[in-house]
Amino acid sequence: MTRRFRSFAPIAVALSLVLVLAACQQGENGGGGEGGTVSLLVVFGGEELTNFESMLAPFEEETGIDVQIESNRDANAILQTRIDGGNPPDVAGLPGPGPMAQFARDGHLKQLPQEVIDILDSNYDEGWKVAGSVDGTPYGIFVKTSLKGLIWYNPQAFSDAGYEPPEDWDGLVSLVDEIADSGTPPWGIGLESGAASGWPGTDWIEDFVLRQSGPEVYDAWVNGEQAWTSPEIRAAFEAFGQWATDPIYVAGGPNAVLSTAFGNGGDCLFAEPPGCYLHHQASFMSGFFEENFPEVAAAGETYDYFMMPPIEFNAITTAGDLFGMFNDTDAAKQLMAYLVSAEAQEAWVRTGGVLSANKEVPTDAYPDDATRRAAEIMTSAETTRFDASDQMPSAMNDAFFGAILDYVQNPDNLDSILEELDGVQAEAYGE
Amino acid sequence: MNTLLMAIIVVVGVPALVVAYIVGTEYVLRLVPETTRPRIRPWLWVAPAFLFLITFLIYPTIRTFIVSLMNARGDEFVGLDNYLGLFSSGAFWQTLLNNALWIVFFTGFVVIFGIVIAVLTDRVRYETVVKAVIFIPMAISFVAAGVIWGFMYNFDPNIGTVNALITAVGGEPLPLLLEWPRNTFLLIVVGIWMWTGFAMVILSAGLKGISTELLEAARMDGANEFQVFFRIILPLLAPTIAVVATTIVITALKTFDIVYVMTGGRFGTEVIGTLFYRQLFTIDNDGAAAAVAIILLLAIVPVMLFNIRRFQAQEAIR
Repeated sequence: MTRRFRSFAPIAVALSLVLVLAACQQGENGGGGEGGTVSLLVVFGGEELTNFESMLAPFEEETGIDVQIESNRDANAILQTRIDGGNPPDVAGLPGPGPMAQFARDGHLKQLPQEVIDILDSNYDEGWKVAGSVDGTPYGIFVKTSLKGLIWYNPQAFSDAGYEPPEDWDGLVSLVDEIADSGTPPWGIGLESGAASGWPGTDWIEDFVLRQSGPEVYDAWVNGEQAWTSPEIRAAFEAFGQWATDPIYVAGGPNAVLSTAFGNGGDCLFAEPPGCYLHHQASFMSGFFEENFPEVAAAGETYDYFMMPPIEFNAITTAGDLFGMFNDTDAAKQLMAYLVSAEAQEAWVRTGGVLSANKEVPTDAYPDDATRRAAEIMTSAETTRFDASDQMPSAMNDAFFGAILDYVQNPDNLDSILEELDGVQAEAYGE
Repeated sequence: MNTLLMAIIVVVGVPALVVAYIVGTEYVLRLVPETTRPRIRPWLWVAPAFLFLITFLIYPTIRTFIVSLMNARGDEFVGLDNYLGLFSSGAFWQTLLNNALWIVFFTGFVVIFGIVIAVLTDRVRYETVVKAVIFIPMAISFVAAGVIWGFMYNFDPNIGTVNALITAVGGEPLPLLLEWPRNTFLLIVVGIWMWTGFAMVILSAGLKGISTELLEAARMDGANEFQVFFRIILPLLAPTIAVVATTIVITALKTFDIVYVMTGGRFGTEVIGTLFYRQLFTIDNDGAAAAVAIILLLAIVPVMLFNIRRFQAQEAIR
């Protein structure tokens, strides 16, 4: 027994040394991303991912840099884990400005390199740089953006029924009532979105807060200085609830609102006869229309939009996908600079449903009128605010999502729902 | 290429390491007198397993406990604040209540269905077919099962099978996953659907172990089938049932996938598993997440102790 072992021993020891060495080498490779590769973690999936990859293809060809895309619907959790484990991807999509600030303050995010800042300064509106900054230092870039507060409708169904897109807020209210009186619920709303269910409702609330009470209240609210129980925020919830919780005003009533996936929230626009006439959703919704109704959906013919009209204030809300850099390798810097460049942004918008904040992207790059108009509205608006819930601390954001669902289900509990949000606010901003 | 090389190194290297370790320890043992060697050897052999246990089980547990006493960022000691915060929120009691419902109804029905199916199929020719059909859900991932049942329960009768049936008989579609406690029970149904096969297989194996002579003898003595089942089969099956039940209870405590996929823990369906995930990944509160994990651990410990006791009792009988 022992003798046989003895002859085998040197081989075994040698092999185990190889194993240990290999393990060490693996450790070195994992973090760095040297030698022309850059790891990239994104939340995109499906067609969105394919479009994103095709946008990156020219970059990989030109520079010879291999972009290793890791795509996962749970990318946020993966990012958090990899940061905690000290092995973040070189570049990653960030959950939003709130978490970005946290990553930056904890020293995980790297500052934007000068070449990226140069592009931002010359090609982007100041606001985007500010929205991607933490304590005055730029960390994040918006690789794509969307315009929020669009009200989608079906022009064909509108003309069949004799409706006209409204000119102002009063016009919208009377249009909604007119449609409701005809017996068809005017609105289609879908709040279901897996673990993030409720977010489309937060967009409604944000649009109401900004348009009813103005940017100052909006900013204070984002920063945790405006109580949820204050009359301003309550008014926004009530304005949303008046429509979203009443079966006369919303297709299927609150149960359908809570059960319908956000991507199908506007499906009733295309029903025969129409199940609804209006759908409030961001600019990317056109992508869902095209996907859900490839035969019927045609921009400008069977779907179009008007902006949610100003109420007391004239302002719009926007959102965007933030990317940040966790390892400032040369390859990562080049990738970041490419992502914000007009070349990449133009390729991205050509795939449809995507808005670019880069002013150098020619408007004729947009594949349809609807998106082109949204891009023009976004780049020319006077008062623009970034999505409020995305900027709130994650605990506040999560509670906001939950509150939307609770409110739609039990509108009578608004008092206790808002009080609970105040409680979360007191703790979430404390750190 | 790199990955393939890695795989080969691991496949060859890991066994080599083990052999190298054993050979190495034998060399070391040469240094001590022959008489003491048998006393040291077992410890050397058990050491790697022990090391793994410390690295992957004991250290993380202690670390989790420490984190549970820290704030959300993990940089400040806050004592029991995380625990007090949890127990003072109504939502957490709702979470515990849901887990209690899972333990009672999920475990109860899985075990009962498991026994009934095992006993009934024991007597029929097409036993394997029935058992295979019932075992199939076990082979589906939880996430897939959640998605499938999510469609089944969909509010829209054009999508949801259940609501299609309800509307077919003239009813109004029900928001099946929106109202508590109905939604929690319907989630438990998905769990039962998945796990009955597991209980059935184990119990069926236990059943085969009961000698048929014993049952024949009972029947000869005039026992009817119910008496045979309740007086003989059930008591003899008790140890197996206990093993299955404890496994299922632990599964109930750890429930995550089904709830996360189907309701995201909203509408009052939150369980400890989803609450832990929410605290850690969504809210990014390390302290509270660790506290939830510790509470889950404490809840599981009695079940584990019971299991170990049973094993020891069985060993003693042998």
